[in-house]
Amino acid sequence: MAEASSEDLLRTPLYERHVAAGGRIVPFGGYALPVQYPTGIMAEHKWTREQAGLFDVSHMGPSFLTLKDRSGDAAADHAAVAALVEPLICGDIAGLKPGQVRYTLLLNESGGTLDDLMVARSPRFPGALYIVVNAGTKEADFALLAKAAGDKADFQRVDDNALLALQGPEAVGVLAAMVPGVVELGFMQFGAFQWDDEELIISRSGYTGEDGFELLCSAKNAARLWDALLADPRVKPIGLGARDSLRLEAALPLYGHDLDETVSPIEADLGFAVSKRRREAADFPGAARILAEREGQLTRKRVGLIVQGAPAREGAEILDASGKTIGVVTSGGFAPSLGKAIALGFVPLEHTAIGTKLQVSVRGRAQPAEIVPTPFVPHRYFRKSV
Amino acid sequence: MTTKFTPDHEYIRVEGSTGTVGITSYAQEQLGDIVFVELPEVGKVLKKGDEAAVVESVKAASEIYAPVSGTVTAVNDALNGEPGMVNADPEAGGWMFKIEVSEPGELDKLLDADGYAELTV
Repeated sequence: MAEASSEDLLRTPLYERHVAAGGRIVPFGGYALPVQYPTGIMAEHKWTREQAGLFDVSHMGPSFLTLKDRSGDAAADHAAVAALVEPLICGDIAGLKPGQVRYTLLLNESGGTLDDLMVARSPRFPGALYIVVNAGTKEADFALLAKAAGDKADFQRVDDNALLALQGPEAVGVLAAMVPGVVELGFMQFGAFQWDDEELIISRSGYTGEDGFELLCSAKNAARLWDALLADPRVKPIGLGARDSLRLEAALPLYGHDLDETVSPIEADLGFAVSKRRREAADFPGAARILAEREGQLTRKRVGLIVQGAPAREGAEILDASGKTIGVVTSGGFAPSLGKAIALGFVPLEHTAIGTKLQVSVRGRAQPAEIVPTPFVPHRYFRKSV
Repeated sequence: MTTKFTPDHEYIRVEGSTGTVGITSYAQEQLGDIVFVELPEVGKVLKKGDEAAVVESVKAASEIYAPVSGTVTAVNDALNGEPGMVNADPEAGGWMFKIEVSEPGELDKLLDADGYAELTV
């Protein structure tokens, strides 16, 4: 992405807080955001794994899709709103329980990925969905969603609000002290919660591999919420740098890097996001390709690599043991929790077995690499049996 | 002994005909936590401006250029085990390589401490 000049950049409602905290501001997804605070990426990363990290993710795209003519029958209204978005994605939205959040993919007709996103069923309002998309793709995504809404539903983007993520083992203790009701949420559940005079939309989700929450808050109360969370000594602000190293260790794909319009869910090892009901109905974009790939007819797959020596960054070639180029790194860097270099990349199916010895080319030199199970660092989500 | 600086934030500390090269305190602070340092081979002949070493932070790789022409005579192998020394002690324990200066006149064109300080205010 070309770097926009600083005056073109949008600011989140927390921009002043980042500057005041000494955040190093960089352009990201069209926004001016902190890549790190003075303590640095390594310390921020480790703090999030051990305590609780607070992230400004207001650049992302939260939105609501609400059925216009509701019947009053909750099941029918949910089915009607789900039917509007399902043609765009591979997830089972009709089957969501009230308050359930699902990770799914927006697909093109050839089965490539337009975005990865969260779609959630309102716990309170039948016929309403809460949808959060990525920053870099939000204009295109929102246009597709608005078109899908047609005259049957209202599509409302709420990306002028603030979106905060509180992540780490202490996140639940910190947030419960302010909003006791959040302890009832399990991983991938959400609800509306009162905090002072503000109604927060809180989901138990995130993109670090840790337990944690994402909080949608009005712009006017965002700084107050930020300060209230940071008042707890277990919480520190975390920049984009550690956000990236945390999600990389958790082997969570980053759109525009590990996912793009050519990459299918099966190639990206996101087969779980293609819901059973949708598979059986084969009624999603690119179904023919994706279902064939699921049966094993695929040429490449996303894998995790441990790299010896210098980190292999995005764009580094992956070589087989004989030195032949077989693939490319799509995300790579140093894993602070592991103290070594890790990478995500795509290789042909025959090279994807755990333990396969490969190489990566860094500055023209081949370095040893090995396929390892992902996530690199185990996920620690708080799953509730329902 | 005199220390000179490049606008790219390398320093070279010259004793006799040998210079010790590393990055400045300002540079290490800008780069953040250094996690890997790739050093040149001893005996390598470098021209002024050649890529001599690479430092990797969590986020990105940055090239270190030869401040002057010459031959690499020693490298700081301690950085292989402890790359963070570049952050902790950039101008002493975090040195990267020593170079036998072949074109002493090039030193005169580098910045002195005051000139470099002006760059980083």
